[in-house]
Amino acid sequence: MGMTRTALMQLGTSVLAGLERLGRAHLLLLATLCASDEVLRRPRLVLEQVFNIGTLSLVIVGVSGLFVGMVLGLQGYTVLAKFGAAESLGILVAASLVRELGPVVTALLVAGRAGSALTAEIGLMKATEQLAALEMMAVDPIRRILAPRLLGGLISMPLLAAIFSAVGVVGGYFVGVGLLGVDAGAYWGQMQARIDVQEDLVNGVIKSLVFGLVVTSVALFQGYEAVPTAEGVSRATTRAVVQSALLVLGLDFILTALMFGGD
Amino acid sequence: MFAEPPVNPDSGASSKESHAEPLVEIRDLCFRRGDQLIFADLNLDLPCGLVTAVMGPSGSGKTTLLKLITGQLKPDAGSIRVAGEEITRLDQQGLFRLRRRMGMLFQSSALLTDLSVFDNVAYPLREHTRLSPSLIRKLVLLKLEAVGLRGAWSLMPSELSGGMARRVALARAIALDPMMILYDEPFTGQDPISMGMLMALIRKLNDAARLTSILVSHDVQETLRIADWIYLIAEGRVLAQGTPAALTRDPSPWVRQFLDGLPDGPVHFHYPAPPLAKDLLGWG
Amino acid sequence: MVKRGMLELLVGLFVSLGFVALFFLAMQVSNLSLNLDQGGYRLTARFGNVGSLRARAPVTMAGVRIGRVESIQFDQHTYEAVVVMRIDPQINAIPEDTIASILTAGLLGEQYIGLEPGSSPDFLQDGDEITHTQSALVLERMIGQFLFKKAGEG
Repeated sequence: MGMTRTALMQLGTSVLAGLERLGRAHLLLLATLCASDEVLRRPRLVLEQVFNIGTLSLVIVGVSGLFVGMVLGLQGYTVLAKFGAAESLGILVAASLVRELGPVVTALLVAGRAGSALTAEIGLMKATEQLAALEMMAVDPIRRILAPRLLGGLISMPLLAAIFSAVGVVGGYFVGVGLLGVDAGAYWGQMQARIDVQEDLVNGVIKSLVFGLVVTSVALFQGYEAVPTAEGVSRATTRAVVQSALLVLGLDFILTALMFGGD
Repeated sequence: MFAEPPVNPDSGASSKESHAEPLVEIRDLCFRRGDQLIFADLNLDLPCGLVTAVMGPSGSGKTTLLKLITGQLKPDAGSIRVAGEEITRLDQQGLFRLRRRMGMLFQSSALLTDLSVFDNVAYPLREHTRLSPSLIRKLVLLKLEAVGLRGAWSLMPSELSGGMARRVALARAIALDPMMILYDEPFTGQDPISMGMLMALIRKLNDAARLTSILVSHDVQETLRIADWIYLIAEGRVLAQGTPAALTRDPSPWVRQFLDGLPDGPVHFHYPAPPLAKDLLGWG
Repeated sequence: MVKRGMLELLVGLFVSLGFVALFFLAMQVSNLSLNLDQGGYRLTARFGNVGSLRARAPVTMAGVRIGRVESIQFDQHTYEAVVVMRIDPQINAIPEDTIASILTAGLLGEQYIGLEPGSSPDFLQDGDEITHTQSALVLERMIGQFLFKKAGEG
């Protein structure tokens, strides 16, 4: 009896704590979005963050996109050739990239490359009292530190995803057309006939905008809420990557069901 | 043990001024963190124009007190008035307005790591004034000159020693010519030379710029030498207060233990525990 | 920290790369280039059954794409499907007695509209209707007819 009671109480406590954390995360996100007006007055702050999140992730995203596209070309060809439909390789490569792999893999890469860096940066600023010092200088850290980073993430993510997909389509072309002998005209032509701007491209961009918001805001929240010690910051960094990866994959399922579920 | 009078040049004058209107007035302050009571009915006055020190053992809530005065934390009960304004009732805008007139020196210096020394000191000026770049440059160099680091303006915080970082942080704290500076453990982890420099700076700034200073520390000798008035706090209350001279003569055992650094006294060497024999035998 | 100027340059490079990629995806990978031909003129046709014809399906003549399906509506007075097609502007000599049929690419592929030219000297104008139409072949119905015929023979 006593054991059950204790177990139930522990469960209740952890659920309540989780809900409270979730609530604080959303409040912080709301406050950050409301504080974005500052950014219009100092666009350079956002520029710096587009550099940190976008430009610095360019190499890893480009190289990954190339290889993912090449693997898609290779695997897609072997499967499609069995059904005598190797000409449809272009559709397979482009649809997988534009709809799914582009936004999702880019979001995972950015979470690992830039999200962890954001968490560590904010966490260290907290641990070394820089955030408190800003507060004492009558500067709101949400305005000056968090808002530009959130906006930088929102701008960078769709662009990175587009680069990933574009490089991937070219990678699939190298393997499919260059190595395996699929007709170049069929590769591009089938692709163009079946990939729709509205249906595929715009939905892909919407996905990566959502992922940009999720990855950046999770990273910022974890940094802002980090226990201000070396250990706390390293734990927060791990949590940021794990949580944003899980959120991206879960949200991707929901978004896919909403966007493409009808067909 | 501390026979000579404090090095403060006008200690006679300041004892007269101590009756002046207090800049900070703390009444019946209660603050708890979780189940732990940090302050219970704390009463404290910080007179205008003086260096007031708050001393106490580690964990007695000295840093918390600074955070309460600057409105970074909200008390559970009681009132804190700074320059006539009730801190506990101000919204963020009101707090920010008041904080522009306060400077704070953090224990870890808290310089912005991706800005140079110059940009760190210029930060509050660029943030809160519309001065021209050339005027900001002059002001920053003057503030850096005041702390003796004009030559280091182009360095990054990672290239500074601990003492230099703290002096840069001090230059940043006085950039907007505040009415009050709060020092959080300014002497911790400093070598004797930079300790001496900091002490001289704190005194000099206070007297030259007509500032009010509040200093939180557990470094007894240094604090006794520069403070005009000292509060000793422990267990959430003020246990003793007075001028450094008066406190060094105070016979009460607690004051003696703290000021003389005795290992045992009213504050026990042992953390509260059941008798040793019972603990050892109890694990049958 | 990157120097001023350098930062702007690198960010500019990144952003323009991103937009080039988006442009590439829109023009080369997807059908935006096919959708851009908003010019041209409209023709309508009524079918008893459109099968699985969709908006944006190709409209072809002799196997060459000359336009696309713009919309498909249902007319509840005649119980017919009304298909609106947009024909490329340079194709301006389609005879009035042209036959429109709904065809299937391959055995199970996508459906499209094939136009079979007639011999009338008058050409269809914007907003005209193609009167001769042939509905989609529905596989189940064909199989049913086939079995029925077999049963009749036997």
